[in-house]
Amino acid sequence: MNGFTLLLARDLRLAWRRPADAAVALAFFIVAACLFPFGVGADQQLLTRIAPGVLWAVALLATLLPLERLFLADAEDGALDRLALGPHGLATLVLAKAAAQWLIVALPLLLAAPLVALLLNMDGRGFGALIAALALGTPTLVLIGTVAAALATGARRGGVLLALLALPLELPVLIFGAGAIDAALAGLPFVSHLQVLAGLLLGSLVIAPFAGAAALKLALE
Amino acid sequence: MNDLIGESFIGESLACLRGERVVFAGLDFALGSGGALLLTGANGAGKSSLLRVMAGLLPPAAGQLWWDREDVTREPEPHRARVAYLGHQDGVKAALTPREDLIFWLRYRAPRLDKRAAEARAAEALDWAGLKALGDLPCRVLSAGQRRRLALARIVFDASARLWLLDEPTSTLDAAAAQSLNERVASHRAQGGMIVAATHQALDWPDAISLDLDIYARRRAAAATRGLFLNDLA
Repeated sequence: MNGFTLLLARDLRLAWRRPADAAVALAFFIVAACLFPFGVGADQQLLTRIAPGVLWAVALLATLLPLERLFLADAEDGALDRLALGPHGLATLVLAKAAAQWLIVALPLLLAAPLVALLLNMDGRGFGALIAALALGTPTLVLIGTVAAALATGARRGGVLLALLALPLELPVLIFGAGAIDAALAGLPFVSHLQVLAGLLLGSLVIAPFAGAAALKLALE
Repeated sequence: MNDLIGESFIGESLACLRGERVVFAGLDFALGSGGALLLTGANGAGKSSLLRVMAGLLPPAAGQLWWDREDVTREPEPHRARVAYLGHQDGVKAALTPREDLIFWLRYRAPRLDKRAAEARAAEALDWAGLKALGDLPCRVLSAGQRRRLALARIVFDASARLWLLDEPTSTLDAAAAQSLNERVASHRAQGGMIVAATHQALDWPDAISLDLDIYARRRAAAATRGLFLNDLA
């Protein structure tokens, strides 16, 4: 078994024993989305129109929530030093952390998204685009968030810094993710939106491990 | 002193800055195969910083680190694989069991070790650490000394580690555990491994070289009164 799968298995096991982190993100996603029908009022047409944007904005914020602890937990108890030393590079560590984070946090969001879409009175025609866009977009969100988490690990008040670093970079995902659902709802083809999301994912998959490794190197000093 | 046959680990005029403060400068050391180095000095003298520099975690502000003829500061990757570092924190996860902890670290450090071999080795390590009866309970029930023994067992049973870097290894250990650590240190050195330890306690390691970091603090104080800079310290 290589370093990536070992690290992934370790993080999944830790999350399984302490499921609160994943549960908080999922609860935030559902509760925050539920606020909109109350805030906007009983105007069903308006809700239908804003549903894709609301879903994506809330999903984006939910993936940010548990990121602060991603490297900090290991940095605080000294495990990060030992993870950095060994035959595996820091890029492997970053990639494994991101993969674990996607499985622990983003996958439950993906599964809960149709339910939340129903709450927001979204038309059934958009469900396919919703799932496809979230499946392609959330890994990018997690990868960008992982780099921001690595940068914030060395800083005090890292949580605020993390959000400020990650949010502007995550905007394209929000725009094309919500755009895919809007297009589907309007009966238009949404493949091009998904292609952009896939491109963003491939790009961040190449850049994030190395950017994250460089950030961790600073955090270790 | 060791005659530097076989592997060697050498630091030349190393300097370390912490928050724009010079912790030490112009520091030299040399370790040969089987050598041991004890770092002493007051709190804040830079023992832990020097260990982090030696591990490749903290780049030195000046100077070079050599492993044989290889520049460690320029090529940190192979160095990371041969260093086993234990800081003052144990890095033990409260939710994992000691057995899971050991199996993970043994396999993380030696990717070619298969699962069954890692399990057998972990059982051996648990036995050494005196944690056989606690092997399958979560680590949150362990005492500070037991966590330390678990953290030391990861290093003692890590066959890939050529250089042990230990920060206060015996501070929370009882006499029996300290004695069994000494035995492991002796056999590690007999196989040509090196060890550097920061300590306040007298460690019974034969032929260990002592490095007192307090002299750098005194030089720093003298330099500060005369208004000298980093280069003058060396």
